[in-house]
Order: sequence, then structure tokens, then C-alpha cells
Amino acid sequence: MSIKRKPNLSATIALLPTWFVAVVVFIGTMAWSIRLSFTNSTLFPSSTYVGLAQYSKLFSSAKWLASLQNVLIFGVLYVAGCLLLGFLLAAALDRKIRFESAFRTIFLYPYAMSFVVTGLIWQWMLNPMLGIQASVRSLGWESFVLDWVVNRDMAIYALVLAGVWQGAGLVMVIALAGMRGIEAEQWKAARIDGIPVWRIYVSIILPQLGPALAAAGMLLAMGVIKTYDIVVAMTNGGPGNATEVPAKFIMDNLFGRQNLGLATAGATVLVLGVIIAVAPFRYAMHMRDKAKGAA
Amino acid sequence: MARLHPNGPKPAQITAGRIGLYVFLVVAALFFLLPLYTMVVTSLKSMDEIRLGQIFALPATLDFSAWATAWSGACMGTVCVGIRSGFWNSVAITLPSVALSVFIGAVNGYALSLWRPRGANLLFGLLMAGGLIPYQIFLYPMVRAMANIDLYNSLAGIILVHVIFGLPLVTLLFRNYFVSVPEELCKAARVDGAGFWRIFFEIMLPIAVPMVVVVSMLQFTGIWNDFLLGLVFAGRDNLPMTVQLNNIVNTTMGERTYNVNMAATILTAIVPLAIYFLSGRWFVRGIAAGAVKG
Repeated sequence: MSIKRKPNLSATIALLPTWFVAVVVFIGTMAWSIRLSFTNSTLFPSSTYVGLAQYSKLFSSAKWLASLQNVLIFGVLYVAGCLLLGFLLAAALDRKIRFESAFRTIFLYPYAMSFVVTGLIWQWMLNPMLGIQASVRSLGWESFVLDWVVNRDMAIYALVLAGVWQGAGLVMVIALAGMRGIEAEQWKAARIDGIPVWRIYVSIILPQLGPALAAAGMLLAMGVIKTYDIVVAMTNGGPGNATEVPAKFIMDNLFGRQNLGLATAGATVLVLGVIIAVAPFRYAMHMRDKAKGAA
Repeated sequence: MARLHPNGPKPAQITAGRIGLYVFLVVAALFFLLPLYTMVVTSLKSMDEIRLGQIFALPATLDFSAWATAWSGACMGTVCVGIRSGFWNSVAITLPSVALSVFIGAVNGYALSLWRPRGANLLFGLLMAGGLIPYQIFLYPMVRAMANIDLYNSLAGIILVHVIFGLPLVTLLFRNYFVSVPEELCKAARVDGAGFWRIFFEIMLPIAVPMVVVVSMLQFTGIWNDFLLGLVFAGRDNLPMTVQLNNIVNTTMGERTYNVNMAATILTAIVPLAIYFLSGRWFVRGIAAGAVKG
């Protein structure tokens, strides 16, 4: 229970700046943006309401639709790729490996670097004229093709590759910490029953890591919705619309094309997307906590 | 695992599975290291050497001139002053932002968990919601509001923005930390006549030092690596290193100087990498705390 007997003034005052941020900055600016999305604002805010016109314009824009499709492909593959590779790396390191800490350091260092840096590194590696492709060709394999960043059909996978390279280490750290927390007894019991090691990881370890991996997946998914830097650094949305993403579409219309109404409509759709994605998860956690509290 | 005999020789563990395991780890390590290796060797080559298209070859001679150019001569559009100013801008943005956001977050976490004034839960809920929502919906009104109070395109402005957007995560981590501090400690101090701030500075902040380190690490790398907020709010004179780096690489006219680009990229990554290598365990704890924030 709370320690307060009488309401404490200092505590209330200490939280005032945070109240200001929560109410004015977060709620206030969001309400302002949402309001703008119903107006015909272009360079400057306008107060002429046009109903859902900006939204219908948004969803008839080929670029926006492409960006939604791209972020979906990128998001699914990036999150799945990070989870899979991260889990495999953790499981491998869990097998009493020599030089474990060296391997761990190598797998995690990309996560310390920004998405801009990550994007630029991979742009360089995948440069068809001078990068990996040219190098392999000069070894004699003349028909070797690795032109992802300039190829319309493959550019999105180049982003996935760079993203997984950056993010898999995070999942590894979380999974490895979870594996180290599992009691030795379970291992002994499973080994006595003659269950092969890989089955133990899949059927016994993996389910116990569920909540931690779900949290990591959730975090990566939140990052996907914000995906902006890595695209700007690596492909700048191209070739064509092949790597256009919603966050970039909004930024371009907000500051480059001076298309406020359309940009805020896009941002509102993103927020709705987050709410739809997060709400069931939050609700499940809430119910679980409630059940715990009742028990 | 092989059966152990108390007196027997050390059990041999070289099985096919073991070899496969090491092969997997080594291949994975190569995948993770290759980009770093190529960056470093490219930055040490001359452009003539780079044009040969042998990205993995070692440089013929060690040539650090690309590093010097990246630091003090690389061009962003028509301005050729290198990434040096961006480095100092990033320092000037990051240090105050980290200090302020950690301090305010610690006070918030302490007030929310141990004092729980009216509306504490509501405030916490609002903050968490704010932390989940994509920045894009806040940007335009914030730009306008900051312009109105003369903070747009200023150092103070970008610092304020980082503090604001850091609050949800930092508050959450400190709140979770202080929740586990026994309430009796706080009660006893109150009985002895200590008030809100005295308890904070003399008891709670010293207890929370490990959390302060972890959160500082998390905020430092996060703010140093930021691109979007710096691009929008910092203004031409205060652009952080990440934004300048992207300008150097992606807006150059004429032939791209890949060696300079890669040197500039390494220079931008070097501070968070140094933190990672030097602080090791703390960094890992920081990202783990940030990730499993529940």
C-alpha cells in the first residue's frame, strides 16, 4: 500500500513536468495532427475540413500502398529472421563452447551501431559494381549476381539482410540469458529419458523462453513501424518505390512535399496500426496480472 | 554428453555434432564480422585500388588520408569541412540529454513507485502509451510549438526533444527498479523527518546507481545513434553526426569517394562501439532491460 498519509506536495510537484509532457506533448500534439488529417492543409495548416478526403487520397496513392506492402514484407522477415538466427546462436553458445564470450561480442556488436551506419555498410557491400558481386566475379564466377540494392524485386530483401545483421544479437542475448536461467534438473531428466539435444531445445527450452522472445519480437516489431533511417541510408526508398516505407512517406510529405493533410493522415493510420497490433498483447498481459493478483 | 568415469581419461567430446556446432558458429561470426572488415580495409585503400572491385582484398599500402579527409575535409553538398563538427555536435547533444533524461526519469520512477501521488497510475499509463506511438504523429505540431518558443533549430531544442522522447522508457525502468526497494526504508526515513527530496538524494539515488549506469548506457547509444529527431529539430548548425554522415555519403556530387565514406562511417560508429567494448556487461544489461520492459 501507499506510504502517504497526507497527500505529498513535493511528489506531485516533481511530476508536473512529466504531466506536461504526457498531456500537452503526447496527447496534445497527437490530437493536433489527427485534426490536421481531416483538413485540406498543404504547406500551412488550414481549418477547412474535408472529411476523409485525405484518407481516400492516401489509399489511392500507389506510393503509400507500396510502402504498406513493403513494411509488411520487411517486418515479417526481419522479426522472424532476428528471432530465428538469434535463437540458433543462443542455443549454439549454450553448448559449452570455447571462446564463448568472443563469439557473443561478435554477434552483438552490430546492435551498438545506428541504422544509418548499418544501411551504409550494407549499401557498400551490396554495391554491384564494386562490392561482393564484383569481387566474386573477378574470382572467375562471371555470372554471379548479387545486385539486391539496385534490383526492384530484391531491394526489400537487402534491407531485411541488413536489419537481421543488426538485430539478431539482441535476440541472442535475451535468449541466452533465458537459457542460463533454466535449471540443470530439467536437463538431467531429459537426458536420462534419452531425448536428443535439439528436441530438448525445441520442446522444453523454447516454450520456457516464450515470454522473453515475445517481448523481444514485440520490440523489434515496434521498430519496424518506425523504420526510416535504414531505408534513407541504404536505398532512399528506391529503386522506384521498391523500398518506400510509411514512416518515410510521412516524412517526405511533411517536410519535403509540404503536404500536411496527407502526411498527418498517414501518421494517424500508423498510430491506428500500432494500437491494433499492441492492444491484444497489452490486454493479455493485463488479464494475466489480474489473474495473478486474484490468486 | 559422454559418460564420466571418475578415474578415466578426460572424455573426448569431438563428435560430428560438435564439429557442426563450431562450423555454424564460425560461419555466423564471419557473417557478422565481414561488414566491419570491409569497412576498415576500404577506408585504408586509395580510390584506384577500390575501382578494381576487390572489396575483400587487403589494401596495398596503409593509407590513412581518407580518415583525415573524412574527419576534416569531406563534403556535404557544397560545404567541405568533414564530419568533425558533427562529432562535436553529437557530443553536445548527447551528454546533456542523457544527464537530464536519467535524472528526470529517476525522480519520476521514485515518485511513481514509492509515493504514488494522485493520478500516478494515469500518468504512468499515458507515458507508456506515448512511448509506443510512432514519432511521426508528434512531429509537425512539435516543430510549430518549438518555433513559437524559439527553440526550433537550436541545441537546447534538440536536447529537450530527446529528453521528452526518452521519458517513457527511462521512467519505466526506474519505476520497475524502485518498486523492488522495500517500502520500509522509505517509511523509516519519513519517520526520521526526511522529506521527498532528501530521501531521494540520500537514500534512493545511491541505491539506484547500478540502474543509473544501465539507463545512461541505453540512452547514450540511443541518442548518439538517433537520426530522425536530429534531422528534424537540431537545425543546420547542430546536426548530429549520423545526419552529417548520411549527407556526406548520399548527397555527394561527382564520383563517390568510397574510402572517405567508409572512414566517416567508422568514425560515426566508433563511440557507441567503444562503449560496447569497454562496458561490455553493463551495455548488455542495458539493452536487456530496455528490451524486456514488459
